[in-house]
This record gives sequence, structure tokens and C-alpha cells, in this order.
Amino acid sequence: MSKVNRSVVPEADLRAVDGIARGDTTVLESLYRDYYPMVLNMVIRNNGSEEEAKDLFQEGVIVLYDKVRQGEFELSSKLKTYLYSVCRRLWLKQLGAQERAFHDVSGFEEVIPVSDDLATHRETEIQLTLMEQALNKLGEPCRTIIHDFYILNLSMQQICDKFGYTSSDNAKNQKYKCLQRLKRLFFSST
Amino acid sequence: MRSEQEFMVQADRYLNGEMDPAEKMAFEQYCGQNPSAAEQLETHRLFLQQLKRHAERAAFKRTLASVAEQYHRSSATPPTVVPREPVLVALWNRFKVNSLVAASVAIIAVFSTLWLSGYYKTIEKTTSNYSALRRDMNTVKKNVNAQNAVIRTISSEKQNGARSTGHFGATGFAISPNGYVVTNYHVVKDADSVHLQNTRGELYRADVIYIDPTHDLAMLHISDSTFTPTKHIPYTFKETESDLGEDVYTIGFPRDEVVYGQGYLSSRTGYAGDTTAYQLSIPVNPGNSGGPVIDSRGQVIGIISGKQTGIDGASFAIKTGALLKSLSAIPMDSLDSKLTINRKNLLAGLKRTEQIKKIQDYVYLVKVY
Repeated sequence: MSKVNRSVVPEADLRAVDGIARGDTTVLESLYRDYYPMVLNMVIRNNGSEEEAKDLFQEGVIVLYDKVRQGEFELSSKLKTYLYSVCRRLWLKQLGAQERAFHDVSGFEEVIPVSDDLATHRETEIQLTLMEQALNKLGEPCRTIIHDFYILNLSMQQICDKFGYTSSDNAKNQKYKCLQRLKRLFFSST
Repeated sequence: MRSEQEFMVQADRYLNGEMDPAEKMAFEQYCGQNPSAAEQLETHRLFLQQLKRHAERAAFKRTLASVAEQYHRSSATPPTVVPREPVLVALWNRFKVNSLVAASVAIIAVFSTLWLSGYYKTIEKTTSNYSALRRDMNTVKKNVNAQNAVIRTISSEKQNGARSTGHFGATGFAISPNGYVVTNYHVVKDADSVHLQNTRGELYRADVIYIDPTHDLAMLHISDSTFTPTKHIPYTFKETESDLGEDVYTIGFPRDEVVYGQGYLSSRTGYAGDTTAYQLSIPVNPGNSGGPVIDSRGQVIGIISGKQTGIDGASFAIKTGALLKSLSAIPMDSLDSKLTINRKNLLAGLKRTEQIKKIQDYVYLVKVY
């Protein structure tokens, strides 16, 4: 799904990238096993705690996920380098916000520029937070109906049974209203 | 005009690809004719896309969180929390191996270069800045060789014997009328043969009969039949130590012509506190080695042996006392003719120039081959 410079990147990294796109549990586990200690080390050496390292690594993986899902991901370095660079950048930002010092001792790991990726990540984050807020305001059962219909692709009849509507038309009406409300909520906040 | 709700239902079906071709065409046609409907469709499409992405991302986050939780729980032992080291320590730890390798390479390179370039040989020779004053004649030799080449081309048959002069030149002086001459050990060291040339240009073969490396002394005896012993030598040897400030002079051969040098006794000990030597302030050069140091009354008080490089006016002379002690160590019965030390001074009271005139006949240019 993504164009990759195959010459520099190990085969395992490519498989990992595909796995991330699918949300493959084993791939994610191996990510943790292989790269988390590195990030933890960096955070701890630079005024951070273990909890912060956990959050940081998760965010780093999500950045990677966003990048992969955009479909134009070109892994131009080793996955390790990319992940380290992203986490380092994120941690720098966090430290800067708290005015804590960054002693770049473990910065002897190779680092590549990742600001663009982080920018897209931020944008996605904002967009999806809006959606999240809209969905939260929408409340139940609308949220579930929308989810069932559009994401799980359940038929109107199934939804009707699930929520106990008297007729499938009723359910359709309900769904339509929910969708209109959600759109209003979403677009009014953008 | 259909109701909006109906349109949405159709839009959903259209986007899901649930319409049959005819229906689809009709729908697309309808959208083509109604820009507002087309816009509505597009908005709906983008909105749904966003919704899907959100759902997928949320799902991914949940998976990730569960994986993370599992990972952190399985590796519950707090991972090696490395206390932050100072920058230098961290750098050192990181580059320890590299720097050790680099250092050993550097060390090997330095010492092998020094060894290859013969530095240690030089160091052995001059462990100090003491320089022995024998004259290296290699440069002279080169010139002479060049000259010889020229001469040979001019008259090729003649001059076969006139080869290059010796490797080293120095000074020596007679200690007895019958051909015993003293010079420095470093002059005759490694010598094949030794020749003595006096100021009149007469050349004699000499044998090394005794060496005393500790005092840097060597005894030569003129073995040449052309040598005619004189009755006596004009100077005596002063056994007692001379005083600081004593006015002294020397005669030697820093070049092929005899050269006079004048100075004073500046210290009672020699190089590095050597008590068997004096320090003199007297201009001496390579070739002066082995020359006599004579005081104003015509007594030999020492033998020029060397000077300290880098320091002005620090020359060294072996004390006469050491010379006499060394002489007394020679087994007398091994000598061809008797070695008597002259006790009669013919120089006292003479003017300096007169003294030199008398002495110079007993000072030899030592040529070492």
C-alpha cells in the first residue's frame, strides 16, 4: 500500500509497516519489544518518568499509523530510526512546553527530520478530536446506530432488531435524524 | 423533488455500491443535473470518510493500548533505569572501544615511526645534550672524493694511494717524549687505524695501547719508524685541582690547521656533576676533542672532551688527575718503551705566544679511519 525505498529498508520493517496499517497485534507487540526500551531510555535520561515514556511511545506509534494510513508513506530509513526520531521530537516539544532541559545524551542514535509528519499528525488529531467531540455530544443510542450502520455495515433490519424499533422505517427515520444531528454538531464546531 | 431523507438513503446505497447499474446511472444523472445534490453527496461522502477514519483510529488506539498494557505488565520489572551520566562519561562509554583502538594505533604508529627513522639509535648516542667533540669528516670526505674524481680524470694513473681522509678528526697530545699520545676514547672508538699528524704535516701511524671508556680516555703509541723521539716535552701535568677563574687555553684541530682557543675554568665539576671533569668557558668545536687544557704557567690541567649543546660556553675537560690515575692503571710491562711523566716545566714564565710555539709540536691531529 505504500511506496517504499526498498534498498535501504529491511524486509522486516516493511512487514511491520503493513502490520501497523492493519492494526496487527503481533506487529505492535514486536514494536514494543524492539523499540520501547530505546525510547524509555531516552525519556529517563532526559528528565522524564516511565509513565511519560509509555505515553510518548504510544503517541509515536500513532504518528506512524497516521502516516501509514495516509497511503503515501515512504519509509526512507530504518523503522527504528524513524520511530526514535518521532519520539525524540515529541519529547523535545513536551520538554520545551514545560521548560525542562533536554540533555541529548542518547542522541547518538541516528535522527531524521520528521516535523512534516508531526504536522500532519497534529492536523489529523484535531480533525478526529472534533469528530470525537461531536460523537460524544450526540449521545446514545444515536452514536451506536451510526456506528453500527456506517462502520459495521449492519443492515437497517438488524439495527431495528437490536434497538427494538417497531419497524425498519422507524429505525431509518431515527438513523437519519441521528446523522443530521451529528453533521450539525460536527460542522458547527469546524 | 425527493425528500432529503430519501436522497440520503440513496446516497448511502450509492456510496456502498449497493445500487444496480440502471439505478446507479439514474442517480448519477440526477446528481449531474442538480449541483446542490452533487454537493450534498460530496459532503456526505467526505463526512463518512472522516467518520470511518475516526472509528478505525479509535480501534487502533484500543489495540495499541491493550498491547502496551500487556507489554508493560509482562515486563513488570522496572526496566533498567539508567541514571543519567555526565556527558563526558556517556561519551566515553560510547566511544571507549573506538578510542582505545585509535590510541593503540596512534601509539604503534608513533613508536614504529620513531624506530624506523632511527630515533632510538640517535637517542642511545646522545642520551644527553652532551656532545663529544670529534669532527665528522664525511663532508670533507665527499669533497675530497669529488676532488679525487677530478684528479683522476686529469691524470688517471697517479694518485692511487691518496684516498679519502679519515672518518673522524680530533686532537691528541704527547704525554712522554717517546711517542705516547693521549686522546679521547670516543675518538678512537671503532677505529680501524689511527694516524697522527703534527703541525709540520708529518704523518705517523699510531696504535691504541690502552682505553679507558669510563673517563673517555685513550692512550696511543706512535709505532712509526720515521718517528724520532725528542728529549723531553715542554709541559708538565698538574695533579692538584685548579681553581675557579683560572685562565686556560687549548690548542686543537677543529680544522686541518692548528687552532688556539682561550677561556677560563668556570666550574670544578663537569657535565651532570661529573667530578672527574672541569667545566670550562672556552670556544671549542668538533675536532677539539683530546686537546690539552693548559694554564698560564704551562701546566696541563685537563683534556677537552665535549660540550653541552644548547648552552653557551659550557665545555668540559677531563681533569689531569683522572688522566694520571688512568695512566697508572696501564700495566707498565706491557709497554714497548717506558712511559715517564714529564716533571720538568719549560714553559713557566714564557709569554703565551712562546708557550704555544713550543707546545704545538707536541699536539697532533688524530685521524681515525
